[in-house]
Amino acid sequence: MQTIFIDSYDRWRTEARRLITMDVHPSDVQWQSNAEQPSLFDDDLLPQPDCKHGFSVPRKFLELAKNVACHRSDARWSILYRTLWRILNQHRELLNITTDDDVYQLVQMQKAVTRDVHKMKAFVRFRKVSDNPESFMAWHRPDHRIVRLAAPFFARRFRGMNWSIFTPDESVAWDQSELQYGPGVPASAVSSEDALEELWKTYYASTFNPARVKVAMMKREMPVRHWATLPETDLIPELLQRAPTRVDQMIETQEGFGQTAAHFMPTERSLESLSDAAGRCTACDLCHDANQLVFGEGPANAKIVLIGEQPGDLEDIQGKPFVGPAGQLLDECLAAAGIDRTTVYVTNTVKHFKFTRLDKRRLHKKPDSREIFACRPWLEAELEEIQPDVIVCLGATPAQALLGRDFRITRSRGKRLQTEWCKQTVATWHPAAVLRMPDQSRRHQMQEQLVGDLRMAVGE
Amino acid sequence: MLRKQTASGKRAAQRRIRATTSNRTRHLAMDVQDKLTILADAAKYDASCASSGSKGTRPGSKIGSTEGMGICHSYTPDGRCVSLLKILLTNYCIYDCQYCVNRISSDTPRARFTVDEVVSLTMEFYKRNYIEGLFLSSGIIQTSDYTMEQLIEVARRLRVDQHFGGYIHLKTIPNASSALIEQAGRWADRLSVNIELPTESDLVQLAPEKNKPQIVGTMTGIREKIDETTQEKKSGFKPPRFAPAGQSTQMIVGATPTPDLEILKTASELYTGQRLRRVYYSAYSPIPHADARLPGQSPPMVREHRLYQADWLMRFYGFDANEIVTESDSNLSLDMDPKLAWAIANRHFFPVDVNRASREELLRIPGIGVRSVDRILVIRRYQSLRCSDLRKLRVAWNRTKWFVQAADHNPGLASLDKLDLGKQAKPKTTQLMLFDAAQSAVSGEV
Ligand code: SF4
Repeated sequence: MQTIFIDSYDRWRTEARRLITMDVHPSDVQWQSNAEQPSLFDDDLLPQPDCKHGFSVPRKFLELAKNVACHRSDARWSILYRTLWRILNQHRELLNITTDDDVYQLVQMQKAVTRDVHKMKAFVRFRKVSDNPESFMAWHRPDHRIVRLAAPFFARRFRGMNWSIFTPDESVAWDQSELQYGPGVPASAVSSEDALEELWKTYYASTFNPARVKVAMMKREMPVRHWATLPETDLIPELLQRAPTRVDQMIETQEGFGQTAAHFMPTERSLESLSDAAGRCTACDLCHDANQLVFGEGPANAKIVLIGEQPGDLEDIQGKPFVGPAGQLLDECLAAAGIDRTTVYVTNTVKHFKFTRLDKRRLHKKPDSREIFACRPWLEAELEEIQPDVIVCLGATPAQALLGRDFRITRSRGKRLQTEWCKQTVATWHPAAVLRMPDQSRRHQMQEQLVGDLRMAVGE
Repeated sequence: MLRKQTASGKRAAQRRIRATTSNRTRHLAMDVQDKLTILADAAKYDASCASSGSKGTRPGSKIGSTEGMGICHSYTPDGRCVSLLKILLTNYCIYDCQYCVNRISSDTPRARFTVDEVVSLTMEFYKRNYIEGLFLSSGIIQTSDYTMEQLIEVARRLRVDQHFGGYIHLKTIPNASSALIEQAGRWADRLSVNIELPTESDLVQLAPEKNKPQIVGTMTGIREKIDETTQEKKSGFKPPRFAPAGQSTQMIVGATPTPDLEILKTASELYTGQRLRRVYYSAYSPIPHADARLPGQSPPMVREHRLYQADWLMRFYGFDANEIVTESDSNLSLDMDPKLAWAIANRHFFPVDVNRASREELLRIPGIGVRSVDRILVIRRYQSLRCSDLRKLRVAWNRTKWFVQAADHNPGLASLDKLDLGKQAKPKTTQLMLFDAAQSAVSGEV
């Protein structure tokens, strides 16, 4: 019986070749691991056929051995040797019999190693340590001694940046031209800061769907022993804790209505039949609390259509658009712009008054996008009937309904825009917004702008 | 006019980014964080997350490769892997698909990334090895073509300006012109067109602006272009790359009452007709601001799991949609995997002798996967297999044992005739099934 100390794959290979050529039976050797450091694999892997005692080994075995050598188990050298011996002396095809005990064990070790390499590819997290040249660092703790198996992958993938990966056993660095291996270092030696990690955590938290919690699955694929180097794992307890409430909320905040105004559309279309049909609309909930529907008003051949947001308190009582304080201001502005209100069609984006009650008063409340959406078919039908030359949107609500939710009144007020209903669509302040402005001079300015926009809209 | 405004907005953003390149990382974090919250959240309902099917590295790339595809860099507590930066360019949308949180009538908060922001995010995340690449989708803004142009611009800049060689998956916008699809395929590894819902009538009901002929038409366009590229390559030319990882699609399941059989038939049509690489099934999950017409309940995860299993059986095991669905209501059995269900319904086919049966027959044994079948075929050239061998191959012995004959094992007709065989052979707990569910989204192996 001889005992052989092995410190690397290369050493094992040399010894194995020697023993095979001397025809030493596996049971006559004892293999012992030294504190080993797997050496480079890039020297020739194949035991070259020896002139005197020529033998060749299936390439598949060498592949397997190369991987198994990185496994931490002490038993690996002797199993490798026994298998090699059996391949050469008993059965060339032994490796195909994956249920053979030796082969099975080797394959299990190989699997563990390749899995570990895979985890390294996945769980190494680089941190940026300098900008010029861009350099990155990572600390990772693999289960086996796989740095040299995985490093070439990182070199190919991150060819254009400098990086180093440190592990407790070994480290590797890439300077955009070659890989250099060095000794292992403790985690504390590696930078633990990168501003981008916050952003990454944001992404991680947002991409988690609380309606599908599967913790066991997560832990199986992302073993807890790697969590320490993965910044996002800090978030897991809180994400889990909040998940059930978030799902409940999602289900509770269901929104939208079963129908839209389209459902109540008359087959014969005229302004009268439309207004008549809209009176029976119950597409959204606003019809329940409002007194009555306030449809548009004005001649069917109007060249100009003015669109507000929704009827207010007085409008709801009288059933006519723009009759309250905002309406009076609008009349003033129209007059100042030289427009006769009786030639204009005036309507609202949403046809029922939306409010909250405060004591006896009914306070205007902005309609939300669901209500706007539900009500939109009425507005579209009105515009189709009238086919105006100019549309003036008073305030953001009608502007967003016609121009998209991207629209910002502060940014695009007073610009002539094209929509599918009309070549000249202009958005300006809602008279109510002017009235609500506390600052006198600003209020004055807004009113001027409103008049100016009206004048511009009807100009050529 | 509108377009001009956004262009000027874009220029402003560009200026901002340029002005801060010195301390780009930190600035990016501050600027983009809020958008990321919204636009990653909005994209998370998309099931197609895997990076797969692209081989080889793009010539000239400095950062990024598509080798080692399918690396999952993280897992969220929903058991799904994070392999790509999956975001929307914007969640503004002019469409009103009821199952979608981004539909125009939803009250969800809105945001929009600039092209530069997506490019930086992708590069910075990639360099830190957080991701394998980008999965970019978008709500439809202005027009389909305009939106598509923006997506393409992101991909183009990643490839050309950043020399990015990682994975890019672009979700094509329904109705985008074929010239744009062609460009998209040049920069992207994979394109997908979402079929959204299994049948035409589901679409009419829930996605009135979309229609099946249009969707399938876009797929056909992509398929033809892929075929053309392969043809040219075969005849020795070097055509520009076109979606080397093929195309995939996603179907939302459970938003309408359409049964599994219809779903699988649609999938099977897509696999054969359009040669899709993957059909993703996404159990309809409650979304914030959901429409009142949708079921307000947690997603039928087991159903999703069963569909993936059935899908796998169609693609790799030679099963046909019609034979997989054995229940009388045209749905897959929820408490038994489809292969087992088929076996129980076809007991006359068993036991199958592992030492003699053909590959096709072996593939039909419950609990034995494709890889095990291939190993069995190799091993039995040298020796006959026994139970212990099968166990070493990690077959699901408790399921398999009823249906398989080995050198030292014959279940005999008596046990196959047992009425409660299904009960005995199926896994004991539903817990286990849920545990498998997420895995099957990746492998689907039964
Ligand atoms: S607000 Fe509009 S959609 Fe809602 S009920 Fe009134 S008319 Fe119909």
